[in-house]
Amino acid sequence: MTVTEAPARPNAAPEDRYYTYAYLDEQTKRMIRRAILKALAIPGYQVPFGSREMPVPYGWGTGGIQLTAAIIGPEDVYKCIDQGADDTTNAVSIRRFFATVADVATTEDTSEATIIQSRHRIPEQPLADGQIMVFQVPQPEPLRGLEPRETETRAMHAYAEYGLQYVSLYENISAYGRIAATAGYPVMIDERYLMSPSPIPKFDNPKMHMNPAILLFGAGREKRIYAVPPFTRVRSLDFEDYPFETQSWDEVCALCGANDSYLDEVVLDDKGQHMFVCSDSHYCADRREKGHAGPMAGHALAHIETEIAAEEV
Amino acid sequence: MNAPLNLAELRPGFSEPVGDSQSVFRALLTATAQPGTRVEVGKALAPPVGLNQAAAAVLLTLADQDTLVWLEPSLRGGAIESWLRFHTSCPLTDHAEEAAFAVVSHEGLAAQMLSGFNQGDAKYPDLATTVIVMMPDLEAGPNLVLEGPGIETIAEIAPQGLPESFWAERSDLVAHFQFGIDVMMCAEATLVSIPRTTRIQTKGE
Amino acid sequence: MAYVAVKGGERAITNAHTWLGEVRRGDTSVPELSVAQIREQMSLAVDRVMAEGSCYDPDLAALAIKQARGDLPEAIFLLRAYRTTLPRFGATTPIETANMAVQRRVSAAFKDIPGGQVLGPTFDYTHRLLDFKLAAEGGHEVPPAQVSEEIMPTQLATIAQVFAHEGLLEGDPVTDTSEQPYDLTREPMAFPADRDQRLQALARGDEGFLLSLAYSSQRGWGSTHPLCGEIRMGEVSVGFTPDELGFEIELADLPMTECIMLSGFAGSAEQAPQYTRGYGLTFGHNERKAMSMSIVDRALRGRELGEEGQAPCQDEEFVLYHSDVVEASGFVQHLKLPHYVDFQADLQFLRRLRREFFDAKAKALAEQTAHMKEAAE
Repeated sequence: MTVTEAPARPNAAPEDRYYTYAYLDEQTKRMIRRAILKALAIPGYQVPFGSREMPVPYGWGTGGIQLTAAIIGPEDVYKCIDQGADDTTNAVSIRRFFATVADVATTEDTSEATIIQSRHRIPEQPLADGQIMVFQVPQPEPLRGLEPRETETRAMHAYAEYGLQYVSLYENISAYGRIAATAGYPVMIDERYLMSPSPIPKFDNPKMHMNPAILLFGAGREKRIYAVPPFTRVRSLDFEDYPFETQSWDEVCALCGANDSYLDEVVLDDKGQHMFVCSDSHYCADRREKGHAGPMAGHALAHIETEIAAEEV
Repeated sequence: MNAPLNLAELRPGFSEPVGDSQSVFRALLTATAQPGTRVEVGKALAPPVGLNQAAAAVLLTLADQDTLVWLEPSLRGGAIESWLRFHTSCPLTDHAEEAAFAVVSHEGLAAQMLSGFNQGDAKYPDLATTVIVMMPDLEAGPNLVLEGPGIETIAEIAPQGLPESFWAERSDLVAHFQFGIDVMMCAEATLVSIPRTTRIQTKGE
Repeated sequence: MAYVAVKGGERAITNAHTWLGEVRRGDTSVPELSVAQIREQMSLAVDRVMAEGSCYDPDLAALAIKQARGDLPEAIFLLRAYRTTLPRFGATTPIETANMAVQRRVSAAFKDIPGGQVLGPTFDYTHRLLDFKLAAEGGHEVPPAQVSEEIMPTQLATIAQVFAHEGLLEGDPVTDTSEQPYDLTREPMAFPADRDQRLQALARGDEGFLLSLAYSSQRGWGSTHPLCGEIRMGEVSVGFTPDELGFEIELADLPMTECIMLSGFAGSAEQAPQYTRGYGLTFGHNERKAMSMSIVDRALRGRELGEEGQAPCQDEEFVLYHSDVVEASGFVQHLKLPHYVDFQADLQFLRRLRREFFDAKAKALAEQTAHMKEAAE
């Protein structure tokens, strides 16, 4: 995958130049930047911020978009994924937004990107020092499902009163024989703040621990920003006799044969036929390019991805 | 209210406010995410005497009408104050405990206890003051070893000119995490960020 | 194949939006609506969009309605997203509704009040019969309303002023202008919420949500026994004092609707019994919204008045966190974005639980069979 050239600002269409660089006004950027620095200083703590209406609806990435808009510069290389894939419609739409308003180069290649905005996944390829991962967060409060009141949950964080969360996990074990959370699995940051990792599958949780990249989380509708600095302890909650475990599959990726990636199930017909493919579209394409092949290599799905990618360039 | 600004001797701020504040912010982001990392900011600035380039760059990037700024008394009333008000529109405060940003020189620290700054609220620890400390050098002083979030193993810095009690004072404050202050140390155009999570050992010269 | 649709890509989005434009225009043999037509002839829709969009600009609101194909929450969203890009100069001086150039003013508390009942342009007492004259394209004349010979006083006493000498109704709260008002467009919701924050949230709040909450209160879910003290609609002068000038300048005369709802209060050891009030204010003409807002405002004053209430309309966090149509609409509709990664995680878990369930059943059955066999032998 190649990096597309950043379009020169003077050639931008007049209607695109109407808004300021990276869309947000400078005062809003400063407010968000201050919140980001405080978020890094208090890892896992949710900093309230004056979230603005964005030109996309709340729930569609407004938190992530505001974070990206506050940090991005013309030197950046921007990648945007949804469900792990670069070519999902909302990811395409957000990527196009920043290519237009921030004059940045975009990429699908995880290692080339300086900023990776994501909904629901952390890429398979390990992140590197200097990269910034921006997560879109629908519900920043890990305790919200247990306690609907913000006044209560804020007090729980203030005094590190996380008993309610442990009771709930314990009730899971009594009911199901294991902890039922499969995505958005709560984590403890540097042994102080309980944090929602956003609805990433718990498969991705271990990637956050001592990760070299900066992890920023933005919840636009709920108006919260939080962060995990690089090389910070991130522990998925568990019990000694019920240790944390991630998902695994009996299958491998049907297209690239990967046995170490998060797999999506693709239904092929209404008779129970299905195949499993990597959710991380770039990881899968990259492996196929390097000659790896899965049991259904050459399936139409692989062609669709390349075709779309070719069109976008 | 505020005295009228003396614009005749006003020094310029950023030459490209949008781009410059973005690049300075990215340096601050790196510095705060990885405490101990030296970043260069404000190299092109010529701030008024008494304010160094890095401190000036931080203020131009982060301060505005929504942030109360406390200046060490010796920095008040003159060119620094006019420059700051003109370029950032920030309101100034006489009360260190209500400041979002505080600017103090290493000499000024002798008269200002760190505990006098806002330590944050149990529910809103983000309200704590960011203290911008100006000093002559970040590598010529006693050696410090840094550990904590953002640091893979250890980081080392050697800020020069801080009062002897400084690190002990800070350590007392941040021992009550989530309370504490976040420090940005500035020497000329170099900056090191020390958020409240960083653990510091002062042993070894 | 569903999977292909999800992998739509840029061309699919562009095509979808082109199609949307076509559908918006509709049958091209029918003349296109102008923004001015919407502004003039769908003025109540324009008023609602301005009120919930937190932006007074009838032309932009009309444009938003046109662009949104008449979907008002979508139009409100468009106006908000535009509004947020505008620089903020500050807060206006508090408006004085007592000086409103009244077009309509009614009170249900008195048969007549000083200044009189003024019906104004209202749907009230119209018979809701479809008017087929309006279906005819043009041609019919709109008869002008008769102008009263009585001159309207420039100031109509407010309901609070009417009661003032007896202290039967709590007075108009005095706005502390030394403090900047809370501004939800710059700061997130915080609790407990003061009056300024609450009223701003309600003024921006979804009309339907507030209407239903007010209705629930009337039906006993946190009843405040409201009585409509006064509704007034008309133009109010809006002023602003720029820092650099130091004196107030008048910005505009804006049409607004205000409602004061009265509620009984038994009093306390320190305070004599008196009527308390709920307050509603919207841009333009919107009585349904202003009345609903005033009932909900009063219901939310429980903490301040020492009332214990558990009903939804009395719960500050419940009401204020869920009243914004842009937030609510966005989050409900975000469910149509792909969630297949989380779904896969759930599916896996569910399959495992089901497998264990059936394994356990099979095992129990096998044990039972073995046991019966043993017994038979």
